[in-house]
Amino acid sequence: MSRAANAALILIGGMVGTSLRAGLEAAAPAAPGAWPWTTFWINIAGSALLGVLLEWLAGGEDVGWRRSVRLGVGTGVLGGFTTYSTFSVETVGLLAGGQWVFGLAYALGSAVLGIGVATAAIALLRRVRAVRTR
Amino acid sequence: MFLVALGGGLGALLRFWLDGRVNAAARKVAPGWGVPVGTVVINVIGSLLLGVVAGWWSFHSGDETWRMMLGVGVLGGFTTFSTASVEAARLILAGRSVAASAHALGMLIAAVAAAWLGLWLGSL
Repeated sequence: MSRAANAALILIGGMVGTSLRAGLEAAAPAAPGAWPWTTFWINIAGSALLGVLLEWLAGGEDVGWRRSVRLGVGTGVLGGFTTYSTFSVETVGLLAGGQWVFGLAYALGSAVLGIGVATAAIALLRRVRAVRTR
Repeated sequence: MFLVALGGGLGALLRFWLDGRVNAAARKVAPGWGVPVGTVVINVIGSLLLGVVAGWWSFHSGDETWRMMLGVGVLGGFTTFSTASVEAARLILAGRSVAASAHALGMLIAAVAAAWLGLWLGSL
Protein backbone atom coordinates (compact mmCIF):
# COMPACT_ATOMS: atom_id res chain seq x y z
CA MET A 1 0.00 0.00 0.00
CA SER A 2 1.27 3.43 -0.87
CA ARG A 3 1.56 6.23 1.65
CA ALA A 4 -1.38 8.00 0.02
CA ALA A 5 -3.59 4.92 0.28
CA ASN A 6 -2.67 4.47 3.95
CA ALA A 7 -3.45 8.14 4.62
CA ALA A 8 -6.82 7.75 2.86
CA LEU A 9 -7.65 4.71 5.03
CA ILE A 10 -6.85 6.62 8.23
CA LEU A 11 -8.80 9.68 7.04
CA ILE A 12 -11.90 7.68 6.11
CA GLY A 13 -11.67 5.51 9.24
CA GLY A 14 -11.30 8.61 11.41
CA MET A 15 -14.36 10.15 9.76
CA VAL A 16 -16.43 7.02 10.46
CA GLY A 17 -15.29 6.74 14.10
CA THR A 18 -15.82 10.44 14.77
CA SER A 19 -19.30 10.34 13.19
CA LEU A 20 -20.28 7.42 15.42
CA ARG A 21 -19.00 9.23 18.54
CA ALA A 22 -20.63 12.55 17.54
CA GLY A 23 -23.92 10.75 16.88
CA LEU A 24 -23.90 8.99 20.27
CA GLU A 25 -22.87 12.18 22.12
CA ALA A 26 -25.66 14.12 20.39
CA ALA A 27 -28.24 11.41 21.19
CA ALA A 28 -27.22 11.17 24.87
CA PRO A 29 -25.36 14.32 25.95
CA ALA A 30 -24.00 14.44 29.50
CA ALA A 31 -25.82 16.87 31.79
CA PRO A 32 -23.55 19.32 33.64
CA GLY A 33 -22.40 17.78 36.92
CA ALA A 34 -23.58 14.29 35.94
CA TRP A 35 -21.41 11.27 35.17
CA PRO A 36 -20.51 11.45 31.43
CA TRP A 37 -21.85 7.98 30.59
CA THR A 38 -21.71 8.36 26.82
CA THR A 39 -17.99 9.19 26.66
CA PHE A 40 -17.35 6.58 29.37
CA TRP A 41 -18.90 3.71 27.40
CA ILE A 42 -17.42 4.87 24.10
CA ASN A 43 -13.94 4.78 25.63
CA ILE A 44 -14.38 1.44 27.41
CA ALA A 45 -15.92 -0.29 24.38
CA GLY A 46 -13.27 1.18 22.08
CA SER A 47 -10.46 -0.01 24.37
CA ALA A 48 -11.78 -3.60 24.35
CA LEU A 49 -12.35 -3.59 20.58
CA LEU A 50 -8.89 -2.17 19.83
CA GLY A 51 -7.32 -4.81 22.09
CA VAL A 52 -9.15 -7.58 20.19
CA LEU A 53 -8.34 -6.09 16.79
CA LEU A 54 -4.63 -5.51 17.35
CA GLU A 55 -4.07 -8.87 19.02
CA TRP A 56 -5.93 -10.64 16.19
CA LEU A 57 -3.81 -8.80 13.60
CA ALA A 58 -0.65 -9.67 15.55
CA GLY A 59 -1.10 -13.26 14.30
CA GLY A 60 0.92 -12.29 11.22
CA GLU A 61 3.38 -9.73 9.91
CA ASP A 62 2.20 -6.10 9.76
CA VAL A 63 2.06 -5.90 5.95
CA GLY A 64 -0.58 -6.02 3.21
CA TRP A 65 -4.20 -6.36 4.34
CA ARG A 66 -3.23 -6.63 8.02
CA ARG A 67 -1.56 -3.22 7.87
CA SER A 68 -4.52 -1.76 5.95
CA VAL A 69 -7.00 -3.04 8.57
CA ARG A 70 -4.79 -1.86 11.44
CA LEU A 71 -4.54 1.66 10.01
CA GLY A 72 -8.12 1.95 8.73
CA VAL A 73 -10.02 0.28 11.57
CA GLY A 74 -7.53 0.59 14.44
CA THR A 75 -5.88 3.99 13.97
CA GLY A 76 -8.83 5.41 12.03
CA VAL A 77 -12.21 4.10 13.24
CA LEU A 78 -11.40 3.11 16.85
CA GLY A 79 -8.83 5.87 17.36
CA GLY A 80 -11.37 8.42 16.13
CA PHE A 81 -14.27 6.81 18.00
CA THR A 82 -12.61 7.06 21.42
CA THR A 83 -11.42 10.38 22.77
CA TYR A 84 -9.07 11.45 25.51
CA SER A 85 -9.54 15.22 25.19
CA THR A 86 -13.31 15.10 25.87
CA PHE A 87 -12.62 12.75 28.78
CA SER A 88 -10.08 15.11 30.40
CA VAL A 89 -12.22 18.22 29.85
CA GLU A 90 -15.23 16.39 31.37
CA THR A 91 -13.06 15.42 34.34
CA VAL A 92 -12.07 19.06 34.86
CA GLY A 93 -15.73 20.03 34.59
CA LEU A 94 -16.60 17.71 37.48
CA LEU A 95 -13.54 18.70 39.58
CA ALA A 96 -13.97 22.44 38.96
CA GLY A 97 -17.67 22.11 39.81
CA GLY A 98 -16.64 20.93 43.28
CA GLN A 99 -17.50 17.28 42.64
CA TRP A 100 -14.12 15.94 43.65
CA VAL A 101 -15.19 12.38 44.37
CA PHE A 102 -17.20 12.13 41.16
CA GLY A 103 -14.39 13.65 39.10
CA LEU A 104 -11.72 11.39 40.57
CA ALA A 105 -13.95 8.32 40.19
CA TYR A 106 -14.65 9.20 36.55
CA ALA A 107 -10.97 9.79 35.75
CA LEU A 108 -9.55 6.76 37.55
CA GLY A 109 -12.53 4.52 36.77
CA SER A 110 -12.27 5.19 33.03
CA ALA A 111 -8.50 4.63 32.95
CA VAL A 112 -8.53 1.48 35.09
CA LEU A 113 -11.53 -0.11 33.38
CA GLY A 114 -10.22 0.80 29.90
CA ILE A 115 -6.86 -0.82 30.62
CA GLY A 116 -8.60 -3.74 32.32
CA VAL A 117 -10.84 -4.61 29.37
CA ALA A 118 -7.98 -4.16 26.90
CA THR A 119 -5.73 -6.46 28.97
CA ALA A 120 -8.50 -9.06 29.32
CA ALA A 121 -9.26 -8.93 25.58
CA ILE A 122 -5.62 -9.42 24.60
CA ALA A 123 -5.04 -12.18 27.18
CA LEU A 124 -8.20 -14.00 26.05
CA LEU A 125 -7.17 -13.95 22.39
CA ARG A 126 -3.70 -15.21 23.30
CA ARG A 127 -5.26 -18.15 25.16
CA VAL A 128 -7.52 -18.96 22.23
CA ARG A 129 -4.52 -18.85 19.90
CA ALA A 130 -2.44 -21.02 22.26
CA VAL A 131 -5.20 -23.63 22.43
CA ARG A 132 -5.64 -23.65 18.65
CA THR A 133 -1.96 -24.10 17.87
CA ARG A 134 -1.43 -26.77 20.52
CA MET B 1 -22.09 16.87 10.50
CA PHE B 2 -19.85 16.32 7.47
CA LEU B 3 -17.46 18.99 8.76
CA VAL B 4 -17.29 17.27 12.16
CA ALA B 5 -16.50 13.94 10.46
CA LEU B 6 -13.91 15.55 8.19
CA GLY B 7 -12.31 17.21 11.21
CA GLY B 8 -12.14 13.82 12.92
CA GLY B 9 -10.49 12.23 9.89
CA LEU B 10 -7.91 15.00 9.75
CA GLY B 11 -7.31 14.70 13.49
CA ALA B 12 -6.70 10.94 13.11
CA LEU B 13 -4.18 11.58 10.32
CA LEU B 14 -2.41 14.18 12.42
CA ARG B 15 -2.30 11.68 15.31
CA PHE B 16 -0.79 8.98 13.07
CA TRP B 17 1.89 11.37 11.83
CA LEU B 18 2.80 12.85 15.23
CA ASP B 19 2.79 9.45 16.98
CA GLY B 20 5.35 8.15 14.48
CA ARG B 21 7.57 11.22 14.88
CA VAL B 22 7.48 11.25 18.69
CA ASN B 23 8.08 7.51 19.07
CA ALA B 24 10.95 7.59 16.55
CA ALA B 25 12.54 10.47 18.46
CA ALA B 26 12.03 8.65 21.78
CA ARG B 27 13.70 5.49 20.41
CA LYS B 28 16.71 7.62 19.47
CA VAL B 29 16.94 9.30 22.87
CA ALA B 30 16.22 6.19 24.97
CA PRO B 31 16.63 2.97 22.99
CA GLY B 32 15.41 -0.09 24.85
CA TRP B 33 13.07 1.88 27.10
CA GLY B 34 10.07 0.62 25.16
CA VAL B 35 7.41 2.84 26.71
CA PRO B 36 5.34 4.51 23.95
CA VAL B 37 5.17 8.26 24.54
CA GLY B 38 3.56 9.39 21.26
CA THR B 39 0.03 8.87 22.60
CA VAL B 40 0.93 10.68 25.83
CA VAL B 41 2.12 13.76 23.93
CA ILE B 42 -0.94 13.66 21.64
CA ASN B 43 -3.47 13.32 24.47
CA VAL B 44 -1.89 16.07 26.57
CA ILE B 45 -1.71 18.54 23.64
CA GLY B 46 -5.26 17.62 22.54
CA SER B 47 -6.61 18.07 26.08
CA LEU B 48 -4.97 21.50 26.36
CA LEU B 49 -6.45 22.59 23.02
CA LEU B 50 -9.93 21.21 23.75
CA GLY B 51 -9.77 23.09 27.05
CA VAL B 52 -9.03 26.28 25.11
CA VAL B 53 -11.94 25.59 22.72
CA ALA B 54 -14.38 24.78 25.54
CA GLY B 55 -13.23 27.80 27.56
CA TRP B 56 -13.42 30.18 24.63
CA TRP B 57 -16.88 29.10 23.56
CA SER B 58 -18.33 29.35 27.04
CA PHE B 59 -16.89 32.80 27.80
CA HIS B 60 -16.92 34.41 24.37
CA SER B 61 -19.19 34.13 21.38
CA GLY B 62 -18.32 32.01 18.39
CA ASP B 63 -19.79 30.07 15.54
CA GLU B 64 -21.24 26.75 16.78
CA THR B 65 -20.20 24.92 13.60
CA TRP B 66 -16.56 25.81 14.25
CA ARG B 67 -16.77 24.68 17.87
CA MET B 68 -18.16 21.31 16.80
CA MET B 69 -15.67 20.86 13.99
CA LEU B 70 -12.67 21.72 16.17
CA GLY B 71 -13.80 20.18 19.45
CA VAL B 72 -15.81 17.08 18.55
CA GLY B 73 -14.09 16.62 15.18
CA VAL B 74 -10.40 17.54 15.00
CA LEU B 75 -9.49 17.26 18.70
CA GLY B 76 -11.80 14.31 19.39
CA GLY B 77 -10.29 12.44 16.44
CA PHE B 78 -6.76 13.55 17.26
CA THR B 79 -6.77 12.24 20.84
CA THR B 80 -7.46 8.59 21.56
CA PHE B 81 -8.45 6.62 24.61
CA SER B 82 -8.35 3.15 23.06
CA THR B 83 -4.68 3.32 22.06
CA ALA B 84 -3.76 4.59 25.53
CA SER B 85 -5.54 1.59 27.11
CA VAL B 86 -3.96 -0.96 24.75
CA GLU B 87 -0.47 0.49 25.25
CA ALA B 88 -0.80 0.15 29.03
CA ALA B 89 -2.32 -3.34 28.62
CA ARG B 90 0.68 -4.46 26.57
CA LEU B 91 3.08 -3.17 29.23
CA ILE B 92 1.12 -5.08 31.89
CA LEU B 93 1.16 -8.30 29.83
CA ALA B 94 4.91 -7.84 29.28
CA GLY B 95 5.31 -7.88 33.05
CA ARG B 96 6.02 -4.15 33.26
CA SER B 97 3.28 -3.08 35.66
CA VAL B 98 5.28 -0.15 37.05
CA ALA B 99 5.85 1.25 33.55
CA ALA B 100 2.16 0.70 32.75
CA SER B 101 1.04 2.57 35.87
CA ALA B 102 3.47 5.43 35.21
CA HIS B 103 2.28 5.60 31.58
CA ALA B 104 -1.42 5.64 32.49
CA LEU B 105 -1.26 7.84 35.59
CA GLY B 106 1.28 10.23 34.08
CA MET B 107 -0.91 10.71 31.01
CA LEU B 108 -4.06 11.13 33.12
CA ILE B 109 -2.59 13.75 35.45
CA ALA B 110 -0.82 15.67 32.67
CA ALA B 111 -3.91 15.65 30.40
CA VAL B 112 -6.32 16.79 33.14
CA ALA B 113 -3.88 19.54 34.21
CA ALA B 114 -3.49 20.59 30.55
CA ALA B 115 -7.28 20.67 30.06
CA TRP B 116 -7.63 22.81 33.18
CA LEU B 117 -4.94 25.21 31.92
CA GLY B 118 -6.62 25.29 28.51
CA LEU B 119 -10.03 26.13 29.99
CA TRP B 120 -8.46 29.00 31.90
CA LEU B 121 -6.58 30.26 28.84
CA GLY B 122 -9.74 30.03 26.73
CA SER B 123 -11.75 32.02 29.26
CA LEU B 124 -9.37 35.00 29.17
